[in-house]
Amino acid sequence: MQDLYREHILDHYENPRHHGVIERADISHEESNPLCGDRIRIDVKLGAEGDRYCIADAAFTGDGCIISQAAASMLLEDVVGKPIDEVEQIEPQHVLDLVGVPLTAARVKCALLGLKVLKTGIKLWKLQHA
Amino acid sequence: MNDERRTVAHGQVESLDTRHIRADFPILAQQVNGKRVVFLDSAASSQKPIQVLQAMDDVYRCAYANVHRGVYAFSEAATARYDQAREKVARFIGAPSAEQIVFTRNATEALNLLAYSYGRHFLRPGDEILITELEHHANFVPWQVLAQERGLTLRFIPITPEGQLDLDQLDELLTPRTKLVSFAHVSNVLGTITDPRPIIQRARAVGAAVIVDGSQSVPHMPVNVSQMDCDFLVFSGHKMLGPTGIGVLYGKRELLEAMPPFLTGGDMISAVGFDGPRWNEVPLKFEAGTPAFVEAIGLGAAVDYLSALGMEAVRTHEREITAYALERVSEVPGAKIIGPTDPQIRGGVVTFTLDRIHPHDLASLLDGEGVAIRAGHHCAQPLHIRLGLNATARASFYIYNERRDVDALIEALYKAKSVLKR
Repeated sequence: MQDLYREHILDHYENPRHHGVIERADISHEESNPLCGDRIRIDVKLGAEGDRYCIADAAFTGDGCIISQAAASMLLEDVVGKPIDEVEQIEPQHVLDLVGVPLTAARVKCALLGLKVLKTGIKLWKLQHA
Repeated sequence: MNDERRTVAHGQVESLDTRHIRADFPILAQQVNGKRVVFLDSAASSQKPIQVLQAMDDVYRCAYANVHRGVYAFSEAATARYDQAREKVARFIGAPSAEQIVFTRNATEALNLLAYSYGRHFLRPGDEILITELEHHANFVPWQVLAQERGLTLRFIPITPEGQLDLDQLDELLTPRTKLVSFAHVSNVLGTITDPRPIIQRARAVGAAVIVDGSQSVPHMPVNVSQMDCDFLVFSGHKMLGPTGIGVLYGKRELLEAMPPFLTGGDMISAVGFDGPRWNEVPLKFEAGTPAFVEAIGLGAAVDYLSALGMEAVRTHEREITAYALERVSEVPGAKIIGPTDPQIRGGVVTFTLDRIHPHDLASLLDGEGVAIRAGHHCAQPLHIRLGLNATARASFYIYNERRDVDALIEALYKAKSVLKR
């Protein structure tokens, strides 16, 4: 029973990293998983690194299952400091590797909600700033 | 099937002999995660007894050919079994004739058929449709779409804090403009059993037609359309031991005859010329294309199975196990039952929340113990908005569930609490 809810996942759920909102964020995007109602909002403050934009800071809020919230925490921990072009290329498997426990198909969607919100947020920002 | 070995005397009423019943369900003999299967999601879809599987297998092996077409033996045999299935279903719900049974894909398709055919033909801008706050999306979205498209007003019977329909407001909500009333006989989330007769009588008084969504009642209790006097009843086969892909629309004959077809094509016409088609008689007018007749025959076998048990006995069994589950779940610290706590007015559905554990996490943890429950909004988001909850956990029961399934649920709930307790 405990497989899915290993210590590091519960730790991220109860002590989420990068949790909260960023005032005057460059990117703010929110989505829900229509199946279960999980909701995640991510704020991003961008910074310039040479001629590239990178994620200077990021924060999330939301509600939902442990997997969705813990995965968002792990994702933000992973992406802060990275160029947004690189973040856009993150494969779903990378997030599943961060989560590190076997997930059934239904729960994979929970784990990937944060990545979807972040990528869509970057995409929308790029469209506005093209 | 031997009727007597399946029911055992239990006080005044007959209850079910679950040990014998379970032997008819091969899937329940399997193991999940090394544990005995504790299947508590029959409100979503039930398991199937071998009698249903065999009835369908037998058609494919011995009597398969397209229905209503051939004049050769296989086609005639398949057609005869298909017609018999329709008669069985008609008898099962007390319909005056088999012609009033339209086979659809499921209850959702039956409701869409009504929205398209009845709704688009008989409703005018300014007319009102009355549904309830506790409806499944299947009895919600088709009416929202129809109302937006046709300039109709959609109104809702509210629920009381206990999760029953607040019928005190019915007289206010029913107006001469109300042309259609549609409601769930039993709520798939709250389990609330609504007595349909007062609503039907009062809707009739303002001239509205009444649809009863029997998805959660027909599989679980005696339902008689003639006594109820509804205009339409819809339900799905897969929730009542039958296969997927087959559902039922019952309608009053004069209404079905006055309604235009929903889908068009083969089988639903009596003649087609270059100047246009002539529609077939009901129910075939509504069954365009090759129907799911093997599935209908499977549903016929499911109806046989349930009839042999007796729907009163089915209801008694579910009331007993639901009462037991309500009692046991409410004893778990942090558990909160959603909906009526009186098993007399509650179908075999126990919906709850536990501490602040997200229902999806709970369902995952329970799955690890072989216990299958449903988590989420159960296709009733408006109701969850009304309840102020994102999601709930739901255990639902059927003829093969036993008290030890409830015991396994409770044990798994305590385990889940200990895993997530910090």
